[in-house]
Amino acid sequence: MALRQCAIYGKGGIGKSTTTQNLVAALAEAGKKVMIVGCDPKADSTRLMLHAKAQNTIMQMAADAGSVEDLELEDVLKTGYGDVKCVESGGPEPGVGCAGRGVITAINFLEEEGAYDDDLDFVFYDVLGDVVCGGFAMPIRENKAQEIYIVVSGEMMAMYAANNISKGIVKYANSGGVRLAGLICNSRNTDREDELITELAKKLGSQMIHFIPRDNVVQRAEIRRMTTIEYDPKSKQADEYRALANKIINNDKMVIPTPITMDELEELLMEFGILEEEDESIIGQTAEAEAV
Amino acid sequence: MAVMTREETEALIQEVLEVYPESAKKDRAKHLMINDQSVTQSKKCITSNRKSLPGVMTIRGCAYAGSKGVVWGPIKDMVHISHGPVGCGQYSRAGRRNYYVGMTGVNTFGTINFTSDFQEKDIVFGGDKKLSKLIDEIETLFPLNKGITIQSECPVGLIGDDIEAVAKEKSKEIGKTVVPVRCEGFRGVSQSLGHHIANDSVRDWVLPKRDDTEFDSTPYDVSILGDYNIGGDAWSSRTLLEEMGLRVVAQWSGDGTLSEMELTPKVKLNLLHCYRSMNYISRHMEEKYGIPWVEYNFFGPTKIAESLRKIASYFDDRIKENAERVIEKYDSQNKAIIEKYRPRLQGKRVMLYVGGLRPRHVVGAYEDLGMEVVGAGYEFGHNDDYDRTIKELGNTTLIYDDLTGYEFEEFVKKIKPDLIGSGVKEKYIFQKMGVPFRQMHSWDYSGPYHGYDGFAIFARDMDMTLNNPCWKHIHAPWKRTAEAKEKLVANA
Repeated sequence: MALRQCAIYGKGGIGKSTTTQNLVAALAEAGKKVMIVGCDPKADSTRLMLHAKAQNTIMQMAADAGSVEDLELEDVLKTGYGDVKCVESGGPEPGVGCAGRGVITAINFLEEEGAYDDDLDFVFYDVLGDVVCGGFAMPIRENKAQEIYIVVSGEMMAMYAANNISKGIVKYANSGGVRLAGLICNSRNTDREDELITELAKKLGSQMIHFIPRDNVVQRAEIRRMTTIEYDPKSKQADEYRALANKIINNDKMVIPTPITMDELEELLMEFGILEEEDESIIGQTAEAEAV
Repeated sequence: MAVMTREETEALIQEVLEVYPESAKKDRAKHLMINDQSVTQSKKCITSNRKSLPGVMTIRGCAYAGSKGVVWGPIKDMVHISHGPVGCGQYSRAGRRNYYVGMTGVNTFGTINFTSDFQEKDIVFGGDKKLSKLIDEIETLFPLNKGITIQSECPVGLIGDDIEAVAKEKSKEIGKTVVPVRCEGFRGVSQSLGHHIANDSVRDWVLPKRDDTEFDSTPYDVSILGDYNIGGDAWSSRTLLEEMGLRVVAQWSGDGTLSEMELTPKVKLNLLHCYRSMNYISRHMEEKYGIPWVEYNFFGPTKIAESLRKIASYFDDRIKENAERVIEKYDSQNKAIIEKYRPRLQGKRVMLYVGGLRPRHVVGAYEDLGMEVVGAGYEFGHNDDYDRTIKELGNTTLIYDDLTGYEFEEFVKKIKPDLIGSGVKEKYIFQKMGVPFRQMHSWDYSGPYHGYDGFAIFARDMDMTLNNPCWKHIHAPWKRTAEAKEKLVANA
């Protein structure tokens, strides 16, 4: 099987890292060889695989050693649950330097050092929530991730972000081969969430590949720095991640997304009762003026 | 070639523009004009200070070049850090020939490259800590420095390092002036914005320092602004002002010091040579401190005499009489120079393409030698520069802004000047075309050209270049005419 490179995007705090690691654990359980590349300066993309607080990052070790050229692959690559290879790009503290450049440097380093070996079935890039600059689009440039999964929920801002990420994918889809492979709904228990995300996916020309229900076992596992698959393999939630893994293994619906306009998105949200009909008469009115 | 008529010049411009695509042609046409002395505002006939077209060979620099290379770099007792990757600092090191007196590496630092030498990790994690450490190291290794400036290179602006915070903190710690300068190269369209940014940083971080201190002033205190002491220009200017009885309190920035900059708000009159690079700070001092400023021109005896009288007009009769005495004193020296060189240079035609001042300022010096400027333009001039240029040049003279490599070559082929004055990037192209060439940024490793002493060197250099025997030998032997061959044999 040829190597499939996938990137996980989505609004900050939506549960990208948790979902990615549980998914990867399920893939590993199914016998797949997987590598996770954390592309977030917070470096929390591999902690559940390694039972660690935070893995030493490429950029931090490069800074300590002098330069990235002084590093060896084995210094940065750790093996976690199910023989999953784990690496974190790392980056600066909030407010200084350039995290985007950190992602670029780290991925270049992995390529040059041959981290993408032939035995791998999957590489997953877990990318910072907001694609704020070119650095965070690095994983979807040419010859890297071809499949993008967007983690989303029924909340307005999560869907707004999903639509924006789709716009970014369109840009790179035209210059490279990157495609939107599906939306993963990480449930927040909002009303008719599965229908709403299915509808959004349809409008984007894609699919809701799986609906992951909310279950506290995920948090219980997380406190123990474990994935649900490892912590409680018999739980119903573990089966949900297995189902997602299975769907991804068999997924062949790769599309250039058709992002929708702000108006269309608002219409959709109104249809599902998330957004109230806009009352144009109140725009620009102060409290004082309204009282009259 | 005789002087071109307006129609001929217009036809030439059209011919040269012909090869461009439509949009480029439209844009470039706005940057070329034929001089008309009756025009009072250049904006009616020329556009300047706009972004260069992609694909042409523009000769411009960047904001960092304007700040570090021009305004700040020559302040000799300060350390100027090129903050960012090593190249900007190294390739701009000591290239501008700003002469200074001092012991380099001890109390002056002009020709040393200080850089934070950014590596990948500095981009990713930010360079503030490194900058702070660098300043500590400078203090240890070069304790006699009077202050430090931080000249931002591009990446510093991209990653948003807070160099102002570092400057404030370190300044407090070491008890010296530390100036952050946001002169990232991508800002603006040329080095011109770098001059402005650097001027503003002087205004904000240096000038107010001695607002509350006493200064033993005289009624004759002046400062020289916008003289970079290329090959010693400021020195040969300063002597004339001193002979007039004026006291030069500060020299910006050639051979200048931080202390001189701080004292400048105490002078009675600011004398401005390079208007383009230092008009901003002159205007500021006029507004805040009420110091008038006057532009002057120390190229060639005609302009020098004019300028000395203009400067003297701001002072009492004693200074006015002194000015006349100075003019008189050098008169015979000037006559001798002109007598010697004018016969060798009379009627020769010059094309100039320099930065932001000299294309108009050196016209008088050439005219003193009987030469004529037949084309002139600025790399990074603004319209106020062109306003001043129109008066200096003859009618129908070709004027060009942000000239492209292609246009320059074509104009030279058609106008066939006897001499070209421009920069090092242009020099070898035109020399290979067989046209005598002088570098008018660096004075071609010569100078000074300012002042009466400078005029002697200027005249000698122009003669040396123009009448160099090498030009007779530049044509391929197999292309020589029979007549030329005979002449060569006869001369041998």
